[in-house]
Amino acid sequence: MDFLNSWGLTAMVFAPLVGAVVMMLIPERDEELHKMVALVASVVSFIIGALLLTNFDYGASGTMQFGVDRSWIDVINARYSIGLDGMSLPLIALTLLVTPLVIIYSWNHIPSPGNAKAFLMLILVLHTGMLGTFVARDLVLFFVFFEVVLLPMYFMIGVWGGEDRLYASIKFFLYTLFGSAFMLVSFLALYWLTGSETFNMVELAAQVQAEGLTRNQQALLFGGMFLGFGIKVPMFPFHTWLPDAHTQAPTQGSVILAAVLLKLGTYGFVRIALPILPEGAVVWAPWIGLLAVIGIIYGALGCLAQTDMKRLIAFSSVAHMGYVMLGIATLTDFGINAAIFGMVAHGLITGMLFFIAGSVKERYHTLEIKRLGGLLIQAPRMGWILGITSMASLGLPGLAGFWGEFPAILAAYNPNAGLNTTLFRVYMVVAAIGTVLAAAYLLWLLQRTAFGEPSEEFADDPNIHDTVFTEWVAWVPMLILIIVLGFVPGLIFDVTNEPVSLIGDVFENMSSDSALGTGG
Amino acid sequence: MFLLAAEEAAAHSWLYDNVWLIPALPAAAFVLILFFGKRLPNKGAEIGIAAIVTAFILAVLTTFTWIGDIADSGAHSEEAHSLVVDGGEAIPVDLTAEEGEVRGAPIINEVEWFGIGTDANRATLGTEANGHGEPAGGEGDTHADSDGHAEKSAFSISIGTWVDGQSVMMLFVVTFISLLVHIYSTDYVNGDRRYTHYFAFLSLFTASMLFMVLSSSTLQLIVGWELVGVCSFALIGHWWEDQANSDAALKAFLTNRVGDIGLLIGMTILYFAADQSFSIKTINEMAVAGDISKGTLQIAALCLMAAVMSKSGQFILHTWLPDAMAGPTPVSALIHAATMVVAGVYMIGRLYPVFFVGFGIAGGSINVMAFIGGLTCVGGGLLAFVQRDIKKVLAYSTVSQLGYMVLALGMGAYTAGMFHLFTHAFFKACLFLGAGSVSHACHHSFDMKADMGGLRKYMPTTFATFMIGTAALAGIPPLAGFWSKDEILVGAGVWPGTEGNGTYTIPFIFGMITAAMTAAYMTRAVWLTFFGDYRGHEEPHESGPRITVPLVILASMAVVVGFFNMPSGFVKALRLPEGWAHKFEDWVEPAGVATFVSKEANKFTHAKPSLSLAVVATALAVGAGFLVWNYYKRLYAMDPKATEYTNGMASRIPPLAAGHRVLENKYYLDHLYTGVIAGGTKGPLARAANWTNQNILDGLVNAVGSTSVVAGRFIYRFIDQGVVDGTVNASGSTASRLGQLLRGMQSGQVRQYATLMFGAATVLVAVFIFAV
Repeated sequence: MDFLNSWGLTAMVFAPLVGAVVMMLIPERDEELHKMVALVASVVSFIIGALLLTNFDYGASGTMQFGVDRSWIDVINARYSIGLDGMSLPLIALTLLVTPLVIIYSWNHIPSPGNAKAFLMLILVLHTGMLGTFVARDLVLFFVFFEVVLLPMYFMIGVWGGEDRLYASIKFFLYTLFGSAFMLVSFLALYWLTGSETFNMVELAAQVQAEGLTRNQQALLFGGMFLGFGIKVPMFPFHTWLPDAHTQAPTQGSVILAAVLLKLGTYGFVRIALPILPEGAVVWAPWIGLLAVIGIIYGALGCLAQTDMKRLIAFSSVAHMGYVMLGIATLTDFGINAAIFGMVAHGLITGMLFFIAGSVKERYHTLEIKRLGGLLIQAPRMGWILGITSMASLGLPGLAGFWGEFPAILAAYNPNAGLNTTLFRVYMVVAAIGTVLAAAYLLWLLQRTAFGEPSEEFADDPNIHDTVFTEWVAWVPMLILIIVLGFVPGLIFDVTNEPVSLIGDVFENMSSDSALGTGG
Repeated sequence: MFLLAAEEAAAHSWLYDNVWLIPALPAAAFVLILFFGKRLPNKGAEIGIAAIVTAFILAVLTTFTWIGDIADSGAHSEEAHSLVVDGGEAIPVDLTAEEGEVRGAPIINEVEWFGIGTDANRATLGTEANGHGEPAGGEGDTHADSDGHAEKSAFSISIGTWVDGQSVMMLFVVTFISLLVHIYSTDYVNGDRRYTHYFAFLSLFTASMLFMVLSSSTLQLIVGWELVGVCSFALIGHWWEDQANSDAALKAFLTNRVGDIGLLIGMTILYFAADQSFSIKTINEMAVAGDISKGTLQIAALCLMAAVMSKSGQFILHTWLPDAMAGPTPVSALIHAATMVVAGVYMIGRLYPVFFVGFGIAGGSINVMAFIGGLTCVGGGLLAFVQRDIKKVLAYSTVSQLGYMVLALGMGAYTAGMFHLFTHAFFKACLFLGAGSVSHACHHSFDMKADMGGLRKYMPTTFATFMIGTAALAGIPPLAGFWSKDEILVGAGVWPGTEGNGTYTIPFIFGMITAAMTAAYMTRAVWLTFFGDYRGHEEPHESGPRITVPLVILASMAVVVGFFNMPSGFVKALRLPEGWAHKFEDWVEPAGVATFVSKEANKFTHAKPSLSLAVVATALAVGAGFLVWNYYKRLYAMDPKATEYTNGMASRIPPLAAGHRVLENKYYLDHLYTGVIAGGTKGPLARAANWTNQNILDGLVNAVGSTSVVAGRFIYRFIDQGVVDGTVNASGSTASRLGQLLRGMQSGQVRQYATLMFGAATVLVAVFIFAV
């Protein structure tokens, strides 16, 4: 118990990195051993995480637990400060689950040009980076983890990617880095402007309140963070790196990218930008809402125009993350809860879709929608899985996707007191129209790939077979979660609600303060 | 007295408390069939049937318990209103009710589903009272309680069951029809390549439908609503090898999604209007008590109407329903005639106070609901005249009859609407299954003109049951449809002496026209199918018992169910026991409607039946049927194989020809939806978005990228090279090595960009710190 309290989180975050170091010492040709080590490292991380999750006090999910606060870089007062609360918990759980599944899937799906050692090491480094981002409580630490994620993904796309991999990987790297630079500027400015000489998120939030940064200052700083997080999400119009990165990335890369990496951005908004800069958030919220609903429609239209299955799924992320951002933009408990649910749901669902796309590509050697068809005949189980996942993705109630979507739409009807209600009601209607388009492109995809007779060119292809063992192992946990979360949304809402209501308090106090201010 | 009543309730409460078993059984069956079905001797059908039989028995027991309780509460009704069992405690219910009037108040059992949000209503009321921010539901919110700083707690959202007359009636209908359809299907889809999947989805559909019927909250209703939609999708597209079928499935799903926009928004509005509650009870109570402004209710009701239009096939979102006939025929009977398509009607009934107050039904003469219903019953009926496909005739007839139900509810004739839902389920299921039997005989064709005719000689049972179904649908006394249709026409309050909630003249005219039309197009269908000479090839044959027995049962129901709601005047005239009058009304019409909607401005009144109206409406139907009959008789005399006059009026008279063309093209709505809207979105609009993406947004990004490269080269060539050349010219080897290094960086580009970015960032930091 003591170990868990003081070392648990650290061990969970760095276990994969240790695994990567061990793999460095093993010669490249021992592929099986590499896979084993990688799996063990991620499973160790998972087990520690599971222990933490079982020892987590769910009655106090609003408070930081298993917190550690040690000095780190004294010169700039950056501290090694980590902790777990109800807001990061679902995302940690998602990350802990997805990475081992990706490693299991890699067992017989190492993309060309091979080299399991390097490939799996990158996944482990990524894992540490993602987990670290979700537990960091210090802005510098957060930034470091946030950026650690970039390099492995860059190499994954650049080395193991498709034909256009170089272009896609550089675009991904630079675009995200571009945003991060602005984010860093905001972080540094916070440090100086508040005069608090700390990077601790909680202290900064309190300091911003106490110092009373002007609305303009807050808005500017928020703008910097908006670029950093917004590009990562990605929000329209900063999304263009995403379809390229997703399409070119190897399956494993796409899955991690969709399941976890995009959430770093949305998580940044709810963890950092909103609580620390509430006034800035109020200024930006209408614009974020606007870009979110544009993204919903635009992403859906983009999907309808695609001819490539993977690119279609990639574009759907733009639309889905639009709902998440709309939820955040309402600045209400309901909306932010929905956003966190949406992050997890999108992670599971879109991750699954990319898994399937990868397996389809492996069998058909193409993802061109018009050449596919009849998956339900040639690989009926995979066809079914595609069907369920598409239904989940289009937000069918009873599956996970719905609980990220409908509460966000609902929240937009009645946004936070400081926001323009009429404007957000228009957003609500647009977002609701987006659900029709989502159904349109997903069902169209399903119809063209799964229904009908197989096309002549693949009809007798012996290479096309149904789901194999490693695919089952990787997919079943995600499918179960998609269904279970659909019927028991409380699994997430009950955990996130308390920390989210603390953010909600910030906005409520603010609006009542300003009301008193203007009234008196 | 009170204790006695409570004990009695406890004795019955096991069924009420465990009514969730009714949807749970088929849901479990779905999972079992999916995983083990293929390994069983009957390929999973046995699991589905076992589950639905059990569910049916439970539903019947619940129905009888309910009827018994109504009778008891009628006997000593002053206790009844404190009798509602909610989580084991008896609590007083329905504050708006007058003493002694509450009968059949809903019995709600709820458990917490999840908690979300905080009691923001309490916490922000203080600020709203300050005039800052938008009150959630209009005026209703400002009656704040003073503790603005009450401790915040998570809103708990409940899931539960709601037992009252309306839901019990639906439990009975759904399990009854579903059971018969299960039995029928074992023969009808025998040997199908996806026999097991078919039964799995039948079970899932039944479970979802029952789940929706029992909803106690709007959120639960939405979940059930969408789940039945997806089952419908899967079953319409059951034979998905053929693209026409999967197209029909997609069309059904997407059209319903369009309506769902209204559902989501409407329920959202009601959620906030009812002080953040999804509870149907709360929403209804507040709507009645005037705690929600009429304007808010009206907007919510309009939004919900969109959902009704798509789900219940109302004009102009009905176009998916005829296409949905691509699914197997038993599915059409169960989902697209008897149960799922009435979900919209059911939802109106469930939230009736919202619609009743929102549309100002009391004392009105026309409203959106009544108009849409009227338009649908006439528009759908007209289309039924020009179909060759027997299932399409029935599909448009279903559209038309659903219009009747909506029309009834729009005029305030709640019981009439629900009663028509009830009777229609039996005779329309009978007709659909009859059509399936016919097609079974005619080698899987549904084309009346090419492959049928004269079938009465070959399949007497199917013929007899189909005739009963037709007569019931056409409203011929004393069959089921007559009673419910008559009640709807009475409910318009137009005919002298009927009174009712208002004077709905236009809807009444629509209703009368439809009464005549229904008889006419059904006569046409019956003639083309069963009379004249057989036009198909090979000898047709009667179907087996697993098909005919359900037909006989449904036909018997079509005969008897109408007697459940006889007007008391009729009962008296025939000297029947007085207790036989308007039973359905007593059982089904919940306290909800009778007393919820009893405020002065929204007085809910029952119309008085009229013998003369019944006679006139029946005469219209019989007359119209007779005309069509004569038409085909004369045609037969000319040519026994003919199905239409070669030079009929529709081709001779230009306006009629034009009208015929419009009908043949289904009012061109499909051209509009598929061609213009869907095609436009998928085509030009999506392509334009993609073009913008690739050329403008991405072009911008690429331009920034290439500009940076140019800038980098510039710096390298003129500054860096210059410096290197100028100062370390002496050391050639160093220079070349440095040059290589730099070129390496450039070809990697990444580091160079990174340097640029962080350089820019440093500058920006300075700007921020010193300027802000």
